[in-house]
Amino acid sequence: MRSGKVIAINGNMVTSTFEEKVIQNEVAYIVLNENLRLKAEVIRIHNEFCDMQVFEETNQIKVGDSVEFSNELLSVVLGPGMLGTVFDGLQNPLYRLAEETGFFLQRGKYIFPLDPDRVWKFAPSVNTGETLKGGMEIGFVNEGIFDHKIFVPFNIKEKCKILHIAAKGDYKIKDRLAILSNDSGKEYEINMTQTWPVKIPIKTYKEKLLPDTPLMTGYRIIDTFFPIARGGTFCIPGPFGAGKTVVQQTISRNALVDIVVVAACGERAGEVVEVLREFPEIKDPRTGRSLMERTCIICNTSSMPVAAREASVYTAVTIAEYYRQMGLNVLLLADSTSRWAQALREMSGRLEEIPGEEAFPAYLQSVISAFYERSGLVELYDKKTGSVTIGGTVSPAGGNFEEPVTMSTLSVVGAFLGLSRQRSDARKYPAIDPLISWSKYQEQMEENLLKTRSRTWVKDILKLHDLLFRGEEIYQQMMVVGEEGTAMNDFIIYLKSYFLDSVFLQQDAYDDVDSFCSEERQVKMLYVVKKFVDKDFTFKNKDEARAFFMKLIGTFSRWNTEPRESEEARELEVEINKMLEGVL
Amino acid sequence: MIKTFHHIERITGSVIEVKASDVCMGELARLEVKGEIRLAQVIRIDREKVILQVFGGTRGVSTSDKIQFLSRQMELIYSTDLLGRIFRGDGSPIDGKPSLTDGKQTAIGGPSVNPARRIIPRNMIRTNIPMIDVFNSLVESQKLPIFSIPGEPYNPLLARIALAAEADVIILGGMGLKYDDYLFFRKKFEEGGNLSRSVMFIHTAADPVVECLLIPDISLAAAEQFALEGKRVLVLLTDMTAFSDSLKEIAIFMEQIPSNRGYPGDLYSQLARRYEKAVDFEGAGSITVLAVTTMPGNDVTHPIPDNTGYITEGQFYLHGGKIDPFGSLSRLKQLVVSKVTREDHKELMKVMIQLYAETKQVQDKISMGFEPSTWDHKLLKYGEMFELEMMDLTKVVPLEEALDKCWEILGKCFSKEHIPLKKALVDKYWR
Ligand SMILES: Nc1ncnc2c1ncn2[C@@H]1O[C@H](COP(=O)(O)OP(=O)(O)O)[C@@H](O)[C@H]1O
Ligand SMILES: [Mg+2]
Repeated sequence: MRSGKVIAINGNMVTSTFEEKVIQNEVAYIVLNENLRLKAEVIRIHNEFCDMQVFEETNQIKVGDSVEFSNELLSVVLGPGMLGTVFDGLQNPLYRLAEETGFFLQRGKYIFPLDPDRVWKFAPSVNTGETLKGGMEIGFVNEGIFDHKIFVPFNIKEKCKILHIAAKGDYKIKDRLAILSNDSGKEYEINMTQTWPVKIPIKTYKEKLLPDTPLMTGYRIIDTFFPIARGGTFCIPGPFGAGKTVVQQTISRNALVDIVVVAACGERAGEVVEVLREFPEIKDPRTGRSLMERTCIICNTSSMPVAAREASVYTAVTIAEYYRQMGLNVLLLADSTSRWAQALREMSGRLEEIPGEEAFPAYLQSVISAFYERSGLVELYDKKTGSVTIGGTVSPAGGNFEEPVTMSTLSVVGAFLGLSRQRSDARKYPAIDPLISWSKYQEQMEENLLKTRSRTWVKDILKLHDLLFRGEEIYQQMMVVGEEGTAMNDFIIYLKSYFLDSVFLQQDAYDDVDSFCSEERQVKMLYVVKKFVDKDFTFKNKDEARAFFMKLIGTFSRWNTEPRESEEARELEVEINKMLEGVL
Repeated sequence: MIKTFHHIERITGSVIEVKASDVCMGELARLEVKGEIRLAQVIRIDREKVILQVFGGTRGVSTSDKIQFLSRQMELIYSTDLLGRIFRGDGSPIDGKPSLTDGKQTAIGGPSVNPARRIIPRNMIRTNIPMIDVFNSLVESQKLPIFSIPGEPYNPLLARIALAAEADVIILGGMGLKYDDYLFFRKKFEEGGNLSRSVMFIHTAADPVVECLLIPDISLAAAEQFALEGKRVLVLLTDMTAFSDSLKEIAIFMEQIPSNRGYPGDLYSQLARRYEKAVDFEGAGSITVLAVTTMPGNDVTHPIPDNTGYITEGQFYLHGGKIDPFGSLSRLKQLVVSKVTREDHKELMKVMIQLYAETKQVQDKISMGFEPSTWDHKLLKYGEMFELEMMDLTKVVPLEEALDKCWEILGKCFSKEHIPLKKALVDKYWR
């Protein structure tokens, strides 16, 4: 093994000597004593020295401590058993760690990510003699609700012949399932696992396709006004407390996808605990199984080591890509990408690189876009499609979107769900601001939307979106000229826009009923709202107009929260219809 | 093993550089300045160059002063004898009583709790302050700062909440504390016989500035030990702005490139490492952290309150002696609201705040000289009652009484069909 000696320590950066050679981005271990080895990654090489970022606290390291180089890039182990599991940023399973180290995380303690003793039922799907290459399936095991495919490792580029394939039966992850050989006679033994370097995208598919199907989140303002596409990307920037995490958590619960990978990156541990403890108890209405069975959590919260925070988003996206290879729709939610960018900034500062704006490194933009580029809808070798959708929250300093991380992210994502302090202060949740948000997918998915929602969908949405702008304009005018100085017509437009905002855009994430709104219901509701918007009202005066809309909003809000099939809901619907016809 | 060196190569602010060997990161050292001992800690090593921060500052330090490396990291001697005692940030007593010698040697700034061993907090901490209990309920294990401009009564508010909170142990970490404020806390704790369940770690405005860096870590290390023994611990940290400014000072002396208004890029991580010590342990006690963050220039976008807000589970804004109903937030309230509290709590708090927000708009409108509408008049009346009954911090109102008051106010100001509340609740509570 190649080794070296520590010569300098600066925060979580350690500089070391090396013998013979060193590889950029290889994993190294700093040896404090025979029981304590700290994982690190080589990030810069200069002359006879290399700089490493250490994935742990660097206390107690001293000059002269030895360093061991591993010859391997930072990688994850891919295989069955990742769903329902909680990993740290380096893929250590946190529950199994707790069994060994108790309440606290222990520095230098690393555990193999998957359970080596668990038995899986394997069924082969190929025969000896067939030719395969990396990324093709040799069989599958049952992982909860999914057939978890076992692939020829992605890094085998050449065609190989199957010399041996295991019979149907019970196996552990490290048991040999197949032997392959390439043209030149080199043999590969395959088991249920493979390792993959996290910073390199998995690309064993036929081609990338244009995302054209909506990914339903259950949030009306998103699905109807700023839709997300399966295989697309979106970001949720917002000041603290505006509701980024709540939006992501409700999406992780409700989104109509097969698998959700949650990357809790540099934010609160408590928020992960909520997911961790609640998801096993929540039944997914579509499968009847616990939500945890479709969820994988990568958790590197704010008090955990900073360098591992950077690794965590890559660990998460690699796992997402892996499940995509099985023909599944995967949603990756990262909260918050700013913390990852800050980890880059800290390291860049220690490397004394020339800083860009707000001291972020000049390559921030390219790192962010390379990350989001790992999303996509792909056609696989077996003609099935799979997708990775990536959504990231952004936590801009001071809540000001004109900062490097937000700006870099906005230039690469397909949808922007911007949260505003004004809306969250007024408790208008989700505080997604309809006047600044946008989605490029409304257009990209038009064909699909017109087919499934209504023939005039896109046009109708544009019109209603316009109403919101118009309403705001009138409101601003009203602040200057007063209600008396506002024409009755304008006043009614303002009230209509206020109504649309209150009953359709706003949605309480903590309401049992209203927290999820199905596509069917969204379409139905939208057209009820639209009838009111399109109707010509005549009111005696502004007070009467306001009273009417206030009552309408009250009734409508109640309709939103009563169980759909309940007696109350039906009565409220009748009442709303009467209001429309002018009976009330 | 004690290693002694005599040559200080550089002195910048509270940071010194010495030539030394066999020294490790985080190691403590004793700097002897004219017979007086100052504590220092290794913060960077580059070959034989060792950089230390000197907690007592470097005033009067000579290049030939003796520096001894102690071969140990920062530690706290923990035992229940800490209760009732007052210490400095380095653990030395300032109450005239002897130092603790017997006890468990505990690392300061130890590792994070494994998230798998945390549980979802579920106990409400009652304060009998409607702005908190009704609108932003405090929950055991929450970390929450009071955002305030200097001069607001944040320390009395902190003390009031602490004493109402029924914690087993109260730990006060004072940073840059005015001497009067220190005496105020001491008096408050002594009054109710609370001294026997409290520990104080005090850094006053008169002490060397960077010494306050020690306060949060030592306070939280003590809290952790009590919590592991099953105690429900409340930690008060005032004022975290002093702590953050010390971090900035060190970063500047270390010639780090600042990220925002002179503050180091790792301010977020540094603050998070402390605040994240708030925890509800599975099978042991809990730590709740209430802090004060004074906002320079009353600007919440300033890096200190901004980074804090991203870390903590909400914040109470203290403005003009009142808790601001809009900016204030308890992110954990939904864990207890209408779960351990009354069924109408959840809906009420939402509607009450929305209406008050409308009231504010109307007030703005009127201040610009516009005629209020009939609806506006209702709102104005509502706003007045809201401020009187809910926002007055001198009132002591238990939660249930405050909820009843909310219904009373709504009933007096509006008719029920204009208020978006669930029918079942309106039927039951509207008056
Ligand atoms: N959709 C929503 N419905 C109800 N309350 C919400 C919603 N979104 C946010 N909130 C409230 O706002 C608080 C802060 O939200 P959070 O997502 O933690 O903010 P951020 O992640 O942006 O800092 C939550 O604790 C909750 O009280
Ligand atoms: Mg958040």
